[in-house]
Amino acid sequence: MRIATPAARAEGQRLFGAFQTWGAAPVEAAVLQPAETLLDLYGEDIRARAYVTQDPVQGEMMLRPDFTVPVVQAHMAGGAEPARYCYLGEVFRKQEYGAERASEYLQVGYEVFDREQPLRADAEVFALFSRMLAGKGLRASTGDIGILIAAVRGLPTSETRKSALMRHLWRPGRFRALLERFAGRAPLPKGRAALLERLQSGDPIESTAPQIGLRSRAEIETRLMRLAEDSATPAIPGDVVDALEALLAVADKAPAALAAMQEIAQVMPWIAPSLDTFEQRLTVLAAHGVDADALDFEASYGRTTLEYYDGFVFGFFAEARPDLPPVASGGRYDALTAVLGQGRSIPAVGGVIRPALLVELEGGQ
Amino acid sequence: MSVKIGVPSKGRLMEKTFDWFAERGITMKRTGAEREYSGAVEGIEGVDLVLLSASEIPRELAAGRIHMGVTGTDLVREKLGNWNSVVEVVAEMGFGHADLIIAVPDCWVDVETLDDLDAAAAAFRADHGFRLRIATKYHRLVREHLRAHGVADYQLVDSQGATEGTIRNLTAEAVADITSTGETLRANHLKILDGAPVLCSQATLFASRSALCEGADAEALTALRARLA
Repeated sequence: MRIATPAARAEGQRLFGAFQTWGAAPVEAAVLQPAETLLDLYGEDIRARAYVTQDPVQGEMMLRPDFTVPVVQAHMAGGAEPARYCYLGEVFRKQEYGAERASEYLQVGYEVFDREQPLRADAEVFALFSRMLAGKGLRASTGDIGILIAAVRGLPTSETRKSALMRHLWRPGRFRALLERFAGRAPLPKGRAALLERLQSGDPIESTAPQIGLRSRAEIETRLMRLAEDSATPAIPGDVVDALEALLAVADKAPAALAAMQEIAQVMPWIAPSLDTFEQRLTVLAAHGVDADALDFEASYGRTTLEYYDGFVFGFFAEARPDLPPVASGGRYDALTAVLGQGRSIPAVGGVIRPALLVELEGGQ
Repeated sequence: MSVKIGVPSKGRLMEKTFDWFAERGITMKRTGAEREYSGAVEGIEGVDLVLLSASEIPRELAAGRIHMGVTGTDLVREKLGNWNSVVEVVAEMGFGHADLIIAVPDCWVDVETLDDLDAAAAAFRADHGFRLRIATKYHRLVREHLRAHGVADYQLVDSQGATEGTIRNLTAEAVADITSTGETLRANHLKILDGAPVLCSQATLFASRSALCEGADAEALTALRARLA
């Protein structure tokens, strides 16, 4: 078990102060967060990562695994617009595989809620982080989940298939398996073919077993109907699937990545607007002093994090220490604000830095 | 001091363990009154028998309070994070076979695989406003398995016993539990999903990687291992 050293705390305070100087309002968040909200957002996986405890009155609580959710909630409950917030404090994450990674560490973060100029906000956050982390031997990597979302939404296939793919955008293995199946390249799951045959022949598909549990006969019927519909859906054309897989594999300096994706857009013209956005963001980043030509871009970056980023994403890694987790990371999470805002939403982007890792890197140099 | 071997304190698991050691020339037996949890080891010097609940053996191994222990693979993998660095497999003992499986109501004619379960979970969440519940006591193993297979929109609910009854009681939609014959599942109108089980478990002799062992104990442990090899 490692706790924040005085040096890490001082570094955290320094960064926290810098964010305030930049105009962010400091916010506090409770260490104990209601588990239900977090579970609902992140699913069961969060239980493997967050510490869960029991409160006799409030029920199941979690030691805060990040600040994003409480900060968004605080903003949605009555923040002015646009708004900039910063925070400093411990977050808690279980480390299943070994104690080398800290399970309790400081995060200092910065979040921007701005409806008017999302690209400007993306660039502001990334440029600010770049400046604050300059000279530390870090390599930045960026991505844009917005391009992937556009790629899936525009696919020439049924809504059912598109939403299945969207749902698994953040689970690359499952996503690929579904895509291959929708392309007609992968076999159906076991038993599916026989089931479809019976459905087509009009056989009533009933079980002799009693109907038990909350999932009703009507729900089962609905799924059978959807399966029948889906089997009649034409395969997604092979060239489109190849293009999507090529898109997911794009990794290069930003200008070359843009060119590669524009090439792919010949087959998937529906991604063109998202590529325009990407290109504009590069221009805005350059205007904020970022060397956009040298920026690393990976199309799949951010797909394996907890699933809430839905636009620009970034991380800063210690090149000399591949064993360390990212020193800083962040991105855009517009959809999260809609989920937490109960009908209201606001475009939001932000990121966090782990001061203890910066201190560790200093010490190692 | 002595080398301590933890063995399940009752039932078939204990008897079969005693048989397994007997085949290797080591006699284990319970001593004292019928209900007294004390035992003895004969046929090898400096080895003590510790009778424990099978579910506590992983913890005792991890803490280094016993040098070796017999328990199910399922319990070690569920209870010990990073289990491979905490204990070492000395021998798979060839009995106590049981699979950790996921089962759903037999009446779910549309669900045969994890792929189906995932699709059913998505629809269930949309219809009911909460995630499809899977009752189990093997939280870690089941969660890892479902994550590896890309299943979403489910939640695990804890069930320490009579797990197969949770569906009828409307406290879960599916279950994940240990089964050897599947009889209890069938009796409760449940079917096992197709595909590999979450885990195939059997009684296994584990060695602690942290139990202290010096001098005469080290010699006794070496002699014991030689006998078991």
